[in-house]
Amino acid sequence: MAYTVRRPNLTFWEKLYLPTIASGLAITLKHLRKMLMGETKVTMQYPEEKWDSELPEYYRGAPTLVKDDHERERCVACQLCEFICPPRAITITPGELPSENRFAKVEKFPKEFQIDMTRCIYCGLCEEVCPEQAIYLRKDYAITGENRAEMIHHKAKLYELGGTMPDLVHKWNPDK
Amino acid sequence: MNVLLDFIASVPWGLMTAAIAKTLFLIFLVVLPLVSYTVYAERRVSALIQDRVGPNRTGFPTSLLGFQKDLQLFLGGLGQPVADAMKFMLKEEFTPGHVNKVYFWLAPILAMVPALSTLAVVPFGNFMLGQKMVVADVNVGILYVFAVASIGVYGIVIAGWSSNSKYPFLGGIRASSQMISYELSLGLSAVPVLMLIGNLNLSEVIQYQINNGWLLVPFTNGVFTLKKLVLWGPIAISFIVFTISMFAETNRLPFDLPESETELVAGYHTEYSAMKFALFFLGEYAAMIVGSSLIVVLFLGGWHLPLLPMNTIESSETLPGAILGLIHISVFFAKVAALLFLFIWIRWTLPRFRFDQLMKLGWLYLFEIALANIFLTAAILALWK
Repeated sequence: MAYTVRRPNLTFWEKLYLPTIASGLAITLKHLRKMLMGETKVTMQYPEEKWDSELPEYYRGAPTLVKDDHERERCVACQLCEFICPPRAITITPGELPSENRFAKVEKFPKEFQIDMTRCIYCGLCEEVCPEQAIYLRKDYAITGENRAEMIHHKAKLYELGGTMPDLVHKWNPDK
Repeated sequence: MNVLLDFIASVPWGLMTAAIAKTLFLIFLVVLPLVSYTVYAERRVSALIQDRVGPNRTGFPTSLLGFQKDLQLFLGGLGQPVADAMKFMLKEEFTPGHVNKVYFWLAPILAMVPALSTLAVVPFGNFMLGQKMVVADVNVGILYVFAVASIGVYGIVIAGWSSNSKYPFLGGIRASSQMISYELSLGLSAVPVLMLIGNLNLSEVIQYQINNGWLLVPFTNGVFTLKKLVLWGPIAISFIVFTISMFAETNRLPFDLPESETELVAGYHTEYSAMKFALFFLGEYAAMIVGSSLIVVLFLGGWHLPLLPMNTIESSETLPGAILGLIHISVFFAKVAALLFLFIWIRWTLPRFRFDQLMKLGWLYLFEIALANIFLTAAILALWK
């Protein structure tokens, strides 16, 4: 339905424009002054100031692989994360553990574990699906590289970022 | 052969060298740096007005020379204009296939050249090294400024037309009607000033203001007369109309309809890139600087500052005189910079006019006010001998 917007009745001074322009200029000058005096709160100056210490517990940064308290890699190369990964960023090459290995009953381990960080969308589904609690999204967010090859995280890099996460499951601990 | 030798002998080489030296000094040491730093100031002031930080990172890349960090001066980001210029130079010089090539290349030149040529008659200082600080001290000063400045509209119109696409075309049409409309009130509002001073030579305009007080601040010479107070009214009206028309002439907000981003993408320079775009950009800011210097010369006493001693053409060859001359030049450009700040400040305060409002303001108000103001000034001057 069409309706008419009533025009405001301007006073003589408002019709002159110039006084209202002056009051507008006063408003912008106030903002300018407050910025120069540092009274206005502005955005964080990123590389110098960082929010790292205040990242919440549930922050989803780069996905990493973790080891248990016996320095054993948790991943058993079941490839569930590879299958669930929506952007197909994960590529696992499974290998068999030799029978003389202390953890031989695990049967499989990842010979190579690659996460393509140019594809990763940090959704956390790999962490959720992992039956061995081997893959975790940690708090690293500044993942950079000069070419595509550098952006692929290989196994060594993933363990380096992940570190150890002890006392979660004792499934493969022969002592327990 | 003899004719040629006679001609060479008859050329006043000393005068020409001086003029070329002054031109080079003015353009390359003053105006172009001023232009690029006005762009920086525009970005920074707009950011501060809008509660943002603005470009505060680009320092001077001393880290390339092996230092630990880039050199950051007091506000930070002072290297930004240099980086901008580098970017413009390194970009691809792209000419779209559908344009009229000759005019497409001509337009940016036509936008830049008039803005710089008008500076020739603007006196930007008193004396330096035995030279009068104006490139061409001609008697038709202000007439020359208006004549050359109006060529600037061709740059925009030709750019809009030769781009052969709808947004530049609309921008060009808007620019032509707008600039032609406001040139009227611009010229007419300067008439009361010239009637009062009785001279078109801009150096003489400044000389008059030194003797009788600045036109807009009439008591700078310390003499209080009732006539000056009465004349201040028409002069103030003149100043306001002149300033508003200057905003419209230089296509600054609130009158930037030729390039209004929200409707016309970028207006007349939509199809331009790299250095050709930069020339439009520089031309716009150079025109702003010329406009500000004109306002300073006509209304704010040019390079004159009360209580600051004058130097003469003889004394300017000695060191104290030369320093004094340098101070006069700085005073002039400080006034220009203050007006440039006003330009920027107003741009980030006011919204854009609608086109019919712009035309109405130009033809129904400013034109009439400027015209009536001439008669008012004439009446005062005729009745008050």
